[in-house]
Amino acid sequence: MRLIAENLGGERGGEAVFSGINFALEKGQALIVTGPNGAGKSTLLRVVAGLLPVAAGRLLIEGGGEDFPSVASACHYLGHQNAMKTALSVTENLRFWRGFSGADFLSAEAALEMVGLDGIGHLPFGYLSTGQRRRAAIAKLLVSRRPLWLLDEPTAGLDKASEERFARLMTQHRGEGGIIIAATHLPLGLEGAQALVMGETG
Amino acid sequence: MLALFLRDIRLSIRAGGGALTGVIFFLAVIATIPFGVGPDLNLLARIGPAILWIGALLACLLGLDRLFQADREDGSLDLLVLGNDRQMLALTVLTKCLAHWAGSVLPLVIAAPLLGLFMNMEPIGIGATALTLLVGTPAITFIGAAGAAVAVALPRGGLLISVLVLPLTIPVLIFGVSASYGAVANPDPFLQPFLILAALTLFLAVLGPVAAALALRHGAD
Repeated sequence: MRLIAENLGGERGGEAVFSGINFALEKGQALIVTGPNGAGKSTLLRVVAGLLPVAAGRLLIEGGGEDFPSVASACHYLGHQNAMKTALSVTENLRFWRGFSGADFLSAEAALEMVGLDGIGHLPFGYLSTGQRRRAAIAKLLVSRRPLWLLDEPTAGLDKASEERFARLMTQHRGEGGIIIAATHLPLGLEGAQALVMGETG
Repeated sequence: MLALFLRDIRLSIRAGGGALTGVIFFLAVIATIPFGVGPDLNLLARIGPAILWIGALLACLLGLDRLFQADREDGSLDLLVLGNDRQMLALTVLTKCLAHWAGSVLPLVIAAPLLGLFMNMEPIGIGATALTLLVGTPAITFIGAAGAAVAVALPRGGLLISVLVLPLTIPVLIFGVSASYGAVANPDPFLQPFLILAALTLFLAVLGPVAAALALRHGAD
């Protein structure tokens, strides 16, 4: 599988946020997007996911096969919000996303164990702390299989141990042939990742 | 799809769900009418079906603004839109509509016979009104979904949704009420307006979710 962006441009509310972005990611590769606030990191991720239209250039995925014909069908998008319901328990939330997303991977319980949250699956999501919520949202990446992970500030609110655990999860995902694009200010511990610096010059 | 339906039903039952709000609003509207109109039992019985329908219509509109807004606020809506390739977005919207109907509107239909007693309606009139509500209220939810999808990004979209949706629900209201009257007033037919009501619901079950899905796709920012 290959993800290619050629001369990609994105806009928000009719104003160009970035333009001329090029990258090509093979199986197992990762891209770290950095840059000051407002440089367009989140917009880039949303354009790649297909939530915002491509304003200029091309974005394509090759070799996805029947399972993953488009970028949207091949990606997990982890945004600023956790996309979990506070009134439901953590396990109920994960089971729902597992059932909705298809392509089952780990069970909800096993995914919680992977992020170190085993034993609290019965609690309502609203009872969790910020860091625990983020870890539960990361567990969401594990309940269904997607080769491409789009991560927007994935480690915001995580403690040191959780950051390291998440780095191991990402390494494992790349080892299985996955691709990661992460927008971040913090070092994520991704070895050999390509870097993309976004700024005023584009 | 079943997972989504069950999740939304659970959410409407648990804390903060809108199931009870609508019923209480419905009760409040119907309970005040006899005080406003006066104790003329014949008049109450005559306007009963219409009042029940208007009350149910307004109560339906009450919870509609949360249909997509709650999902948008916690980021779920992005993922539902992204799932378009696996689960067609229009079907996702249809499922959400059905769950919303079962969770917040069905209680209104169940409460309607009891409230019909407040209006001194005959048993057959109560039965007919409850039946037309059962068949007709899904149409209101489907139209409302399109309105809710348009107004999803607005912080106080509730009023706008009502203004957008209310004119479109008028045909449903007209045929619902005329079928209810048809059951009690002798020369009027029951079956014809009832079948048109059913047709409206089926038609809007297709059009509403498709329109809402289009609005959600293009409204993402």
